[in-house]
Amino acid sequence: MSEWSKALGTFEREGDKASGGNRGLQIEEPLLFEQNKPGRSGVDLPEPPATADRLGGARRAAPIGLPGLSEPQVVRHFTRLSQKNYAIDTGLYPLGSCTMKHNPRLNEKLARLPGFADLHPLQPVSTVQGALELIDTLAHWLKRLTGMPAVAMSPAAGAHGELCGMMCIRAALDARGEQRNRVLVPESAHGTNPATAAECGFTIDPIPANERGRVDLAALKAKLGPDVAAIMLTNPNTCGLFEDEIVAIGEAVHQAGAYFYCDGANFNAIVGRVRPADLGIDCMHINLHKTFSTPHGGGGPGAGPLVLAASLAPFAPLPWIVHDTKGFRLVEQAEGAAAQALGRLKGNHGQMGMFVRALAYMMSHGADGLRQVSGDAVLNANYLLARLAGELTPSFPGPTMHEVLFDDRFLDGTGVTTLDFAKALIDEGYHPMTMYFPLVVHGALLMEPTETESRASLDGFVAAVKRLAQHARSGDAAFFHAAPRLTPRRRLDETAAARKPVLRWRPAPATREAAE
Amino acid sequence: MSTMKFTRDHEWIRVEGDAAVIGITDYAQTQLGDVVYVELPELGRRVEKGKEAAVVESVKAASEVYAPISGEVIAVNDALTGEPGRINSDPQGEGWFFKLRIADSKELGDLLDEAAYAAFVGDLH
Amino acid sequence: MRYLPLTETDRRAMLEAIGAESVDALFRDVPRAAYLKSPVDLPRVQGEIEVERALQRMAAKNLSAGAAASFLGAGVYRHHIPASVDHLIQRGEFLTSYTPYQPEIAQGTLQALFEFQTQVALITGMEVANASMYDGASAAAEAVLMANRLTRRHKAILAGDLHPHYREVAQTHARFAGFAIDARDPDPRAGEDLAPLIDSETSCVVVQNPGFFGHVRDFAALAEACHRKGALLVVVVTEAVSLGLVKPPGEMGADIVAAEGQSLGNALNFGGPHVGLFATREKFVRQMPGRLAGETVDVEGRRGWVLTLSTREQHIRREKATSNICTNAGLCALAFTIHLALLGEAGFTRLARINHAKAVELADRLAALSGVSVVNDTFFNEFTLRLPCPAAAVVERLAARGVLAGVPASRLHPGRKDLADLLLVAATELTTEDDMTLLTTTLGEALS
Repeated sequence: MSEWSKALGTFEREGDKASGGNRGLQIEEPLLFEQNKPGRSGVDLPEPPATADRLGGARRAAPIGLPGLSEPQVVRHFTRLSQKNYAIDTGLYPLGSCTMKHNPRLNEKLARLPGFADLHPLQPVSTVQGALELIDTLAHWLKRLTGMPAVAMSPAAGAHGELCGMMCIRAALDARGEQRNRVLVPESAHGTNPATAAECGFTIDPIPANERGRVDLAALKAKLGPDVAAIMLTNPNTCGLFEDEIVAIGEAVHQAGAYFYCDGANFNAIVGRVRPADLGIDCMHINLHKTFSTPHGGGGPGAGPLVLAASLAPFAPLPWIVHDTKGFRLVEQAEGAAAQALGRLKGNHGQMGMFVRALAYMMSHGADGLRQVSGDAVLNANYLLARLAGELTPSFPGPTMHEVLFDDRFLDGTGVTTLDFAKALIDEGYHPMTMYFPLVVHGALLMEPTETESRASLDGFVAAVKRLAQHARSGDAAFFHAAPRLTPRRRLDETAAARKPVLRWRPAPATREAAE
Repeated sequence: MSTMKFTRDHEWIRVEGDAAVIGITDYAQTQLGDVVYVELPELGRRVEKGKEAAVVESVKAASEVYAPISGEVIAVNDALTGEPGRINSDPQGEGWFFKLRIADSKELGDLLDEAAYAAFVGDLH
Repeated sequence: MRYLPLTETDRRAMLEAIGAESVDALFRDVPRAAYLKSPVDLPRVQGEIEVERALQRMAAKNLSAGAAASFLGAGVYRHHIPASVDHLIQRGEFLTSYTPYQPEIAQGTLQALFEFQTQVALITGMEVANASMYDGASAAAEAVLMANRLTRRHKAILAGDLHPHYREVAQTHARFAGFAIDARDPDPRAGEDLAPLIDSETSCVVVQNPGFFGHVRDFAALAEACHRKGALLVVVVTEAVSLGLVKPPGEMGADIVAAEGQSLGNALNFGGPHVGLFATREKFVRQMPGRLAGETVDVEGRRGWVLTLSTREQHIRREKATSNICTNAGLCALAFTIHLALLGEAGFTRLARINHAKAVELADRLAALSGVSVVNDTFFNEFTLRLPCPAAAVVERLAARGVLAGVPASRLHPGRKDLADLLLVAATELTTEDDMTLLTTTLGEALS
């Protein structure tokens, strides 16, 4: 029986909605396109004088089809939409490896200073010395915190930073005249790692985990060879565990002539306490939207600067920001010291808006505050492990780092899956933890509380999870299959969405014919 | 059916003269969940034993379908484009993927028969 | 520290519950030599007052476009953003929410993405669009990768009128993904004819409209030439507002559109974050990179939205993914959606007409200066001036007088002496009479 038909067969009619479909403060809001009044606009602009155009005949002839709304309608529309979203500002968001920490509003204020927000990237460099100073200062903090001598600032997201890292490695190998095409990636790695390696033309060779959840060092050594370009390692790994053999791993990798790429998604566990350079890495991307609090914004934008060892620094992508006696300069061409630089990975200089936010965050915490961040993050995760170990099934014995991994053995025989459990947690008022990742355990539940959760918040979460676990064992599987009940929408048919994709609004056929 | 054989990657193959019909097993479709899309090989393509011949996607996963034996693709189940759910409802009948002209019938030798496959699946848990 | 809720009492009680002696004890898996005993050598915690002061000092060292007469374009355009946009995107439920993987509690994000996708499809004239990319340049590179996959060919032709950053990003990808790029020389006179270059190895031709030097063209004939040879036409648009007045790529026969959406809803931000737009034909949708929001129903039969066709993406396909991309430009896409929702058909088309009218007026005024000529017969809101001397030095002189006169072509085509006297000048609805007078006066003075 498919998952969709299971959910469909077990829901109960609530019947609790007003005659118009609204439920108290939960308002049903149509699409913009369904509120169109031709000619209406929410912006007042003067009509320009009618003159002959200079478009060479390439003027738009047909209408676009955009809807016309007034400002109050647009404000109401998006306000209502926002009210259907869960967010960090609403509650605990325990997604593993996402680091859903509080997004400070000071960062928003400072990013909007005209002296940062109203700068064109191609202004003369003499007019943007303060902006270059900011990027350079952020780079300095990143280098100090990681112990690495260089950093590429332009990648626009974590996955983009990964791509940058693997491209630098490929460039370094080309410069050494070596053809190495194999990249070793742990089985527990996030999907971006093999996808990134493949995009650079590498083939992926998975490394198994040992029974302690870490990379199997012997298996790794057996796979090393003269055709291995690099290993891609996440530390702490996606099971929330510190790779305690990481120094030996680094040595083995370097001895084989390969490079050590580190996925820095979990840097929040060690920031201010461990410098990845001391662990032997050659490059590491950092997610500013994870460890350094820049907001997730419903899916982006992010920023993924890449710290680099001296062996890879010459290959960092353009542009480089250079500081000399005359001030700050942008190196935008691959010449001189930058002769071996990768080309560009994106337009212009990087995610300046996120740089301002991240630097404000770092300066607010300071080195001592950041050390406290990793301490509290790890403490909170271990607290969850200690309090939930009785009801749920931890996949590995503690201590854990900043996130804790459980699997679905505690649901054996209940007829409740990890997915069902997560959907019921939503009704309790919580965004679920990460589900079904990493793939190395069955029905994974990966929880990362972060350091910005109070003890009371964690206690509330623990109580809800325990109640649900007990309820699951009571045999009431139907309750879980029908969840969530109390949300703006209940379970949605993802099968239909994928079989017959509807990816945009279209006017109803009658209207289309009338328009034609 | 006595002419049906299986692979450890959960494909089934049914020999019909010098041709063979191939699909995925009931076990495979339950693991996948609701199938949403299938990428079938082009007619005339030569597939090799053990190499990827098709891709089957559910909402949460995409899996390669490997050719149990080598051969030339002589037919594909176009109905799956509009109704991929057939793979769930009738995986070993209407949910067939493609037909091959068998290149070398000796390649059938190391495939599992029904009992051996059932035992293999049983051991998976 | 103001962002850290745990007190010492909390920590002690929690350590007891865990059965650990100290927080340091929880880090026992870290090799001792690598575990720092004291904070890293960086400044200590600071309150809002100090942080604000430090960053404002840096900000004050910059000449912002609002404090000068600004005529900068070349892929990033200064437009007016209605006040509501910034208020709405700062609502915590938009700002601090994650990717909508739990659709039941993310219908706000998902409905907004569906609206965004529809808007992008409408303005580009294409059938389907994704939920945004990092920026226009990386969207263009992804378009080339997609064309390679669809045609199973490995050579892309890049027009000479393509923004150099877009070309450079595509070339970076080409080097590592192992395909070829034929990048044509810059084309300030819009004279190039790309059709004869297309052969049986060509996966796509990438053009830009309006072009880097400002020219506006109809690429219908080129689209046909591509299709006759089994290649695809990729059209890049760096100024999204142009789509309010210029014939859209979809009507020219484009197969993929890769565009920059920064002009709507998003500030200059010194180059980032911006928002890449990506649109294509429905039949190509399964090869399209990036996230997609799709319509469906819930168990009660009510309409709702989910992320869909996720099996293209890295978290499922891993090494076989269409791209390694994880993020879209989320909040920037939302800002675009809100701005365009406020404008509507009437406002967007009028905004485009104003931009064009301003540029026409400015071009005529500048063309009257001695020694200055306008290279373009056609343009939207940006055109190219030929000066009687290198443009970069003139721009520096004018910047010192508070005029950001435009982008010298040499900034983006540094090796080309033949382009050194070219200046890209943009005008938008924010360009005033006084701005134009200031530019003509100071430019005239600088050239005499």
